[in-house]
Amino acid sequence: MSLSETFKGLTSKPAHAISGVGERIGDLPKVSRWSLIALFIASLYLMPWWPKVPILGWVVDTPGTSFEGVITDKVVIYVLVALGLNVVVGLAGLLDLGYVGFYAVGAYTVGILSSQHANLPWLVCVPIAVAVSMISGVILGTPTLRLRGDYLAIVTLGFGEIIRISANNAEWLGGSRGISKIAKPPNIGPLKFGILDAKPYFFLGLTVIIVVIFFLRRLESSRVGRAWNAVREDEDAAELMGVNTFKFKLWAFAIGAAIGGLAGTLYAGKVRFINPSNFPLQLSILFLAAVVLGGTGNMWGAILGGAVVAWMPERFRGFADKRVFVFGVVLVLVMVFRPQGLIPRKIRKERWLANWRSSQSGEAGVGRD
Amino acid sequence: MTDSLLSVDNLTMQFGGVTALSEVSFDIARGEILGLIGPNGAGKTTCFNVITGVYTATSGAITFDGQPLAGLKRYQITKRGIARTFQNIRLFPDMTAVENVMVGADANHKTSVGGALIGSRRHHREEREGRDRAMELLTFMGIADRAGDAARNLPYGYQRRLEIARALATNPKLLCLDEPAAGFTPAEKQELMELIRKIRAQGYTVLLIEHDMSLVMGVTDRIVVLDFGKLIATGSPAEVQNNPDVISAYLGVPDDAA
Repeated sequence: MSLSETFKGLTSKPAHAISGVGERIGDLPKVSRWSLIALFIASLYLMPWWPKVPILGWVVDTPGTSFEGVITDKVVIYVLVALGLNVVVGLAGLLDLGYVGFYAVGAYTVGILSSQHANLPWLVCVPIAVAVSMISGVILGTPTLRLRGDYLAIVTLGFGEIIRISANNAEWLGGSRGISKIAKPPNIGPLKFGILDAKPYFFLGLTVIIVVIFFLRRLESSRVGRAWNAVREDEDAAELMGVNTFKFKLWAFAIGAAIGGLAGTLYAGKVRFINPSNFPLQLSILFLAAVVLGGTGNMWGAILGGAVVAWMPERFRGFADKRVFVFGVVLVLVMVFRPQGLIPRKIRKERWLANWRSSQSGEAGVGRD
Repeated sequence: MTDSLLSVDNLTMQFGGVTALSEVSFDIARGEILGLIGPNGAGKTTCFNVITGVYTATSGAITFDGQPLAGLKRYQITKRGIARTFQNIRLFPDMTAVENVMVGADANHKTSVGGALIGSRRHHREEREGRDRAMELLTFMGIADRAGDAARNLPYGYQRRLEIARALATNPKLLCLDEPAAGFTPAEKQELMELIRKIRAQGYTVLLIEHDMSLVMGVTDRIVVLDFGKLIATGSPAEVQNNPDVISAYLGVPDDAA
């Protein structure tokens, strides 16, 4: 079995094991549903204070490192990256092993435009960086998306390395010394983006994630999401049903790349210093691990996976140099006991069907199926 | 045969040294149900694959609705109006039945990423149209009761019919069915025959590959017979049934006739 087939085996067969939460929230009346969602989002914005909460604090706190630092520098970035990679890998079923390349393109574009070669403000750099990442996705995708499975995986793997090595060798890109003094996000009212307080960066990152989720949900439930799913399930059949498979695969690549680049701009704006060693191959693998661990093809799974993969090594700092080993063991255990990921992909629930049925039978409102 | 919808002209398809189709020519008239039969390996499915763009013909031409199909991509051929089902079912297993059909219906839709992101009016209209069309087709095929189930969880007969619904959703002029009755019980075959007649009554033209002779003879207007990649007979079911070449292709040539 080829690598990508093994991988598809992992992503297929959606389980119903913990189908509970999301479905039940969806079944609630509108008012309680939205108040629950609002409450949940509010609690996320309070995340920097989580370690002060009894019990929860003990679980999430990261002894030895600043919890605030972990959630801003790592969790937010990984979650965003996992969301983007999930579009490519989870929805469209394209195995991308070089995703770190887009992340690097986003970060470097901000670096070049705000420090190395120009002095543009961070906010101006972000849309440009996202556009450049997207274009790099199209440039990579146009020749390579004619390949399938393992071949695509290998070419994308090469792409990630090409970006890193090019950055390392091009003096124009700062060479191995990298780029420093990158612009930071502008202060917004009481939110001062300084060096000491990480919270503003966290709030910014979380807001970006929520906006991305909003748009991704729209895509998923549209013709575009259906086309991606169809391509993942059976590319030939999809094309014979009138899906322009190449176009939609390219869109998946471009949108994934744009989100990866966006994560790169946040990273560059926070650390304000980047060099090629920030973008190693391992990071691509770790990003993929986040998506697979969380649940390939499920947006909430990708988010959880990104958060866990970012946070866990820090949580285990107490194990000193064995922390990566502990992290690895946990990953293996999750894959053994939940091979479909923490929150597996689900069969779409067609809520409107109940309405359709009642309108057909002419007995509006007679129970649900 | 004055008004032909599809005409296949001197079609040859070679795979390396193997000739799967050799100078095959036939026409399908608008509104007709044409049967394509032949022993195993005769080239029926290859013929389907060439028509729907899966393979590029070695030589010969296919004209559909007055225009040549050469050089078109598969999805473009589908959008021109040729839809098909598969001999071995190829649904999107983890998508619901209604989603499967909506993928087909999307062939007529224009919304893309932009429209979906901003939630444009056309996007909403097309989503609604897609749903309505899908449910209409599932009802027509008699499988609307399982519309919300994953295709993989449907019974076999439902899956076969779901494939037809999905193909019809692309709004084809020509519907190509590749052994739609494979694995069916006689009662189910009877139902399928009714269904194919109903589909034709709706104005579709049907090209049918089928092994089951009673079904082919009962439902088709005309039959094209292939054997070893060559066209050996065309005509009404009755004519084909009595054609000596067809009989020998299916039953072998008696020794004394040789």
